Amino acid sequence: MRTPLTVKLFAGLGPRGWLAVAAVAFIAWVLVPMAHLMLPESHPLHVSTYAITLIGKILCYAVVAVAMDLIWGFGGILSLGHGLFFALGGYSFGMYLMRQIGREGSYQSDLPDFMVFLDWKELPWYWSGSDHFLWALFLAIAVPGVVAWIFGYFAFRSRIKGVYFSIITQAMTYAAMLFFFRNETGFGGNNGFTDFKRILGYSITAPETRLVLFGLSVALLLAVIILGKVLIASKFGKVLTAIRDSENRVMFIGYNPVHYKLFIWTLSAMLCGLAGALYVPQVGIINPSEMSVANSIEIAIWVAVGGRGTLVGPVLGAGIVNLSKTWFTTSFPEYWLFFLGLLFILVTLYLPQGVVGLWAKIKARRAEKAAIAASRAEVAAAPAPRAPAAESKIPNGTAAKGA
Amino acid sequence: MKRLLFLISLWLWAGVAAAALDPARVKDLASDDFDVKQAAVAALAAAGDDADAQRLLKALSDDAVAVAGERVVIVAGDQVLDAATGAAIKPAPANSESLSLNNSLRQQVDGALAAVRLLSTDRAERLAAARALLADMGDGAALLPLFDKALAQEQDGEIKPILAQLAAQAALGSPDVARRLQAVRDLSGSGSAAVKALLLPLLDAANEPEEKVRLEAGTAIKAIDARLAWSDTAGQIFTGISLGSILLLAALGLAITYGVMGVINMAHGELLMVGAYSAYAMQALFRAKFPEFVDYYVLAAVPVAFFVAAAVGMLMERTVIRHLYGRPLETLLATWGLSLVLIQAARLLFGAQNVEVANPAWMSGGVQLAENLSLPWNRLVIVAFSGFVLLLVWLMMNKTRLGMFVRAVTQNRPMAGCVGVPTARIDTLAFGIGSGIAGLGGVALSQIANVGPDMGQGYIVDSFMVVVLGGVGQLAGAVWAALGLGVVTKFLEGWAGAVIAKILVLVFIIIFIQKRPQGLFALKGRFVD
Repeated sequence: MRTPLTVKLFAGLGPRGWLAVAAVAFIAWVLVPMAHLMLPESHPLHVSTYAITLIGKILCYAVVAVAMDLIWGFGGILSLGHGLFFALGGYSFGMYLMRQIGREGSYQSDLPDFMVFLDWKELPWYWSGSDHFLWALFLAIAVPGVVAWIFGYFAFRSRIKGVYFSIITQAMTYAAMLFFFRNETGFGGNNGFTDFKRILGYSITAPETRLVLFGLSVALLLAVIILGKVLIASKFGKVLTAIRDSENRVMFIGYNPVHYKLFIWTLSAMLCGLAGALYVPQVGIINPSEMSVANSIEIAIWVAVGGRGTLVGPVLGAGIVNLSKTWFTTSFPEYWLFFLGLLFILVTLYLPQGVVGLWAKIKARRAEKAAIAASRAEVAAAPAPRAPAAESKIPNGTAAKGA
Repeated sequence: MKRLLFLISLWLWAGVAAAALDPARVKDLASDDFDVKQAAVAALAAAGDDADAQRLLKALSDDAVAVAGERVVIVAGDQVLDAATGAAIKPAPANSESLSLNNSLRQQVDGALAAVRLLSTDRAERLAAARALLADMGDGAALLPLFDKALAQEQDGEIKPILAQLAAQAALGSPDVARRLQAVRDLSGSGSAAVKALLLPLLDAANEPEEKVRLEAGTAIKAIDARLAWSDTAGQIFTGISLGSILLLAALGLAITYGVMGVINMAHGELLMVGAYSAYAMQALFRAKFPEFVDYYVLAAVPVAFFVAAAVGMLMERTVIRHLYGRPLETLLATWGLSLVLIQAARLLFGAQNVEVANPAWMSGGVQLAENLSLPWNRLVIVAFSGFVLLLVWLMMNKTRLGMFVRAVTQNRPMAGCVGVPTARIDTLAFGIGSGIAGLGGVALSQIANVGPDMGQGYIVDSFMVVVLGGVGQLAGAVWAALGLGVVTKFLEGWAGAVIAKILVLVFIIIFIQKRPQGLFALKGRFVD
């Protein structure tokens, strides 16, 4: 008997989860716009354009982090190439934004400025259709998806896994970065795409446009979290975590891990692409350095800091790491790399479950203490069996084993 | 045609002038007609072994020739000498006008002076003159008699072939068809692009009226092209081997640590950087304390880099990697963190800019194998050095107790532990040795590449590819994979450019892993993960 999807959806998140979703949506779609547009700039509760752009950017990163968590936290596959999918989505959508500039570029040409600079007379074939919004959106999802599918098909089929897989994804990203750095590739080379003017006819710098983009980022993040919840709760999710914990056993039972890995890998890449498409109009630039090796590894640390194998953890991690990056790079730029490096080391050494795991641990310890105190009180009153161990309440206690 | 006539007249004329310095012809130097002037200089050059002619050429080169009325004179301090005979003229002419040379004439005068030096009794001077002329001889046809004379006199085995080539090059402009034909035939044995450029105009009927010579030039160019292609290929193979030996030095250490512990050390590239900065520090130390031995700082840097990098590596293993045992993916992240810390530490210690590490004098220059194939000494030394390191690692792995333990742990850790191998200590030592080898690689790299804080970042992917391709725990695999990758990359670069080459190599490796996931050389045995 199959449970209907709507029932699954409601059951998956639970009443408290839905309440949280509603609260976040309310803040993002009602309170923040009001605080931005209605309050004067001097007001302490005013939300500045800078803050909205920064948070919108971090929300896009958070979507990437959740997508990363789906394959790493639940699938046990550490990708060092997610920056590529993010950037591919960004570039796909950036093509549309470039076309929207129209004749307002420095050369007053129908072609984007960098093509005029290269003395190209017409758009290359892969730019055709780039002036349609929906086609660009489709590309932003489809291109990373197709790249991921082809790469994943070959990698998973030959059972490349563990560090082998990680390094090969890194090599793929590196090669792609070199490829995009070339001017002849047709994506603006070193400078990438920038100087966007409008999106769907609206000015890209107008506060209303910014708010809509911000709201869309929140919506995307919520949708991705809900999708993740449903996926993880489904039979698919159970097989996926089983593959993470022992791939050989799952194979011996009769499942083919390739299909499961390939699906989650491709899905994760497509979500990254979507996040990239939302990121570019908010930040206003996309260039090949988004594909650098360091960027992709940083995505992994967002997930690790927040907590693998949970869906809230990556969001927290992306927030914590990126806010500290903003703070460090403005206040102590020379210590940022030290901080980031130590974060990598200390989190893997001492916080294998991330911040969420730390929180769960603290809660568990409190519960244990309370239980001990209670049982002592009971022992004092009358001899009784000891309370059950509180440790079993840690969510996803097995997550550390497979990774 | 005009040029040819001019050449013929010059040829005849040079024959006459060679006998003695004709005062009438010296007068032509003062002529307003450029062609006459040039012919006069050419005649002087042809008579270059004559003492009077040499004196006049020298004076021309020094701008000491002047025209006084109808006579051409040499102004030497207070004295005024007759240009043709060198006899002092008394009384000195009242007013003289200095003779000016344009660039083309000056080039010819210099060429003639150099050609005169070909007859010198000093061997070194003859050799230097021959080399200078080979690089640039101006209008060679005028110097041909001199070349012929020098060639007839020359006994030295090194100078003679150069003279022969000079004579052949000069003879290309000779009016004598047989002479030209012979010259083309002589030059077809050359392997130089410069000679090819000299022969190319002969293919055109406008420059070369004689069909026989044109055909012969065509065959000669083909022969030269074949030789050029051969030395190009040899050059690419050499740069490929040189790149491969660097990859080998970077990958040997990684192969050991990955083989023993199954973890990828993302800070491996930074250990290269540590080695390179050790070389930099030794250079600074030698410059400050032992300036007389500064050329040998590299020799001192080798052990220092090994031990510094090994110490850093062992520290990393003890403090971080050991605690992540059995969690390879997290080790990867933690070592990435270590690499960030090392990069930033290098930036704070030595500055964010690249530092200058100079080649010692004995490593600069190169061996010239062909006109377009020269092997730089620093690359040759590095190839030899990586061979030496490879030998040491092979001895260590196969002839020592430690090496036996390392191999045992690589093959089967629990079983090695069961028979009493101290696996934890072996881990630390193996990591130290692997890191030390990376440090050695850093010294080698400091001699050919920029030394800066992020220099190691590019090497981790490449060296891991070597390990993947070669198979884990196999020295032979690492050697073949490194050299093969190096040579293939260089050939692809020549064919498709650096970026496409990188992508192609990557795609090739991914396809290769499909066929042979265990690498080129797999350990024999059964494994389950």
